[in-house]
Amino acid sequence: MILIPIKAFALIEVDITRGNLSPLPLAVSPLSIDDKSRKSFEKILSEKNIGSEISVIVENNLRTSGLFNPLSKEAFLQAPDIANLKPRFEDWNLIKAQALITGKVTYVDEKLRVEFRLWDVLAAKEMMALAFTTVPNNWRRVGHIISDKVYERLTGEKGYFDTRIIYVAEEGPKTQRIKKLAIMDQDGANNKFLTLGNELVLTPRFNPTSQMVTYLSYFKNLPRVYLLDIETGTQEVVGDFPGMTFAPRFSPDGKKIIMSFAKDGKSDIYTMDLENRIVERITNHPSIDTSPSYSPNGEFIAFNSDRSGYQQIYIMKSDGTNVERISFGNGIYGTPVWSPRGDLIAFTKLHKGNFYIGVMRTDGSGERLLTENYYQEAPSWSPNGRVLIFYRETKTNVKGEGFSAKLWSIDLTGYNERLVTTPTDASDPSWSSLLNN
Amino acid sequence: MIFNKIFKNALLVLAACLVLSACATKKEVATDDVTISGQMQSDVYTGTDSVEYLADGVKDRVFFATNESILTTASRETLRAQAAWLRKNSDINVVLEGHADERGTREYNLALGERRANSAKDYLMTYGISSDRISVLSYGKERPVDAGSSPLAWSKNRRSVTVKAN
Repeated sequence: MILIPIKAFALIEVDITRGNLSPLPLAVSPLSIDDKSRKSFEKILSEKNIGSEISVIVENNLRTSGLFNPLSKEAFLQAPDIANLKPRFEDWNLIKAQALITGKVTYVDEKLRVEFRLWDVLAAKEMMALAFTTVPNNWRRVGHIISDKVYERLTGEKGYFDTRIIYVAEEGPKTQRIKKLAIMDQDGANNKFLTLGNELVLTPRFNPTSQMVTYLSYFKNLPRVYLLDIETGTQEVVGDFPGMTFAPRFSPDGKKIIMSFAKDGKSDIYTMDLENRIVERITNHPSIDTSPSYSPNGEFIAFNSDRSGYQQIYIMKSDGTNVERISFGNGIYGTPVWSPRGDLIAFTKLHKGNFYIGVMRTDGSGERLLTENYYQEAPSWSPNGRVLIFYRETKTNVKGEGFSAKLWSIDLTGYNERLVTTPTDASDPSWSSLLNN
Repeated sequence: MIFNKIFKNALLVLAACLVLSACATKKEVATDDVTISGQMQSDVYTGTDSVEYLADGVKDRVFFATNESILTTASRETLRAQAAWLRKNSDINVVLEGHADERGTREYNLALGERRANSAKDYLMTYGISSDRISVLSYGKERPVDAGSSPLAWSKNRRSVTVKAN
């Protein structure tokens, strides 16, 4: 899809390892579009000006990252088409933009062709120029891909904008919640419900390598782990277990599902190979062993166990040997999730009546709590390992009213906590890999 | 628990105040707390608020302490009554639905609900009910009976409910 990458020396740099208290001011010029192309896209997509719409997507993405401060378009002095050819850097300097994004959209052979450029305003230099062609329906993704490229060029790390979130949409009273699987773009657009709400569904998780999802469904009142292909809608139950299977996740290569199987009051961890259907038992202990999560190289598994008396986080080799407890702080720990970068484990912690989302190194050292609340859990990593998405539930009043569940995101730094807007209440988010890797 | 003792003593004082109708400003708090203390014992629900009956005098549910699946004396009594009734009604099968309160992670709570229901199942089996007649279903924290966010509400939600399957 990408045609012309032109590398230039990076003068602007954004440090993302610390909380960024002064986001980089930049200008996202509306992508220029000729009249004929504009009308064609208006007809196909019912969007008035796809050039400005794409720039709005880029702007929103960069703003929500917390690392950039897109400036108000009203202050822009230069017209989009001319800016894309050769920006008058003095003008952009005047409004304090340090970087500038310009571009052009055309309708060619029933396709959407986009070119964009990233400029270093202070150095008066082009930093990057890319062009790509795609089907018009992908126009929002174009905005996300531009955002990812800009993020990567300015921070030195991959972006996370061309991604989707699968989650559980919730409605109804707290005692009788109706839950459906739902999927949306990372920025909340294109929300779609994947199940009807006839049965309780929980904990959907993306396959890191394809558009498959694993989740728990109470279909026919038998809580079992299922596999869903979100392109075709086909569903199947995973394995043939004589009892509840739950807490599923994929292995990093996408070939196995790891999950818990509960029987006779104890829960152990099992895997099932999706190709040959071979089921393997990984733990065998009278305690509750659940919430398993593979390390990105597939060699280790982090999991939750109460074998010490309370919920704690353990790691073991992927064959179940060398079990080692890693959480030793105050309180109880659950939902370990291995970072895609491999160096950290995100978790939920309950201490003195409050819930925390935190991270620790894989040996349990360096525990850092990112956010505290009445109730929150189930962190899921952005594919670049920089942001966590999780859900939060509110306390109800004496009459049991005022319950809500919402998705939130927070940077690994503990800064930039944000509500992720969804059409209904929401929980159990899972972040996909980059769609365009 | 020491905390509970202090708490109860405080309640007695407050209750006394109520009788004398001298502590007008604390009245609301006090009435609430008196209700709580009357319906919980060491973290386990002892009231009858949400309880239903399988048959005359046969309660349908038992309650648990936080993170626990141990049966209390009262729970064992309830389950013995259920077992007696099940022995008499040998054509009836049951589902034991295990639940947790909202103060835990979803996945752990699913396992905990399963453990609680099995704790009840084991007890029914020791009183002669065949395991073929009992199935277990955990709802974790998904189906609270009380939507409240108080220790009392949570105590009602930590339960195993025996439901007729046919």
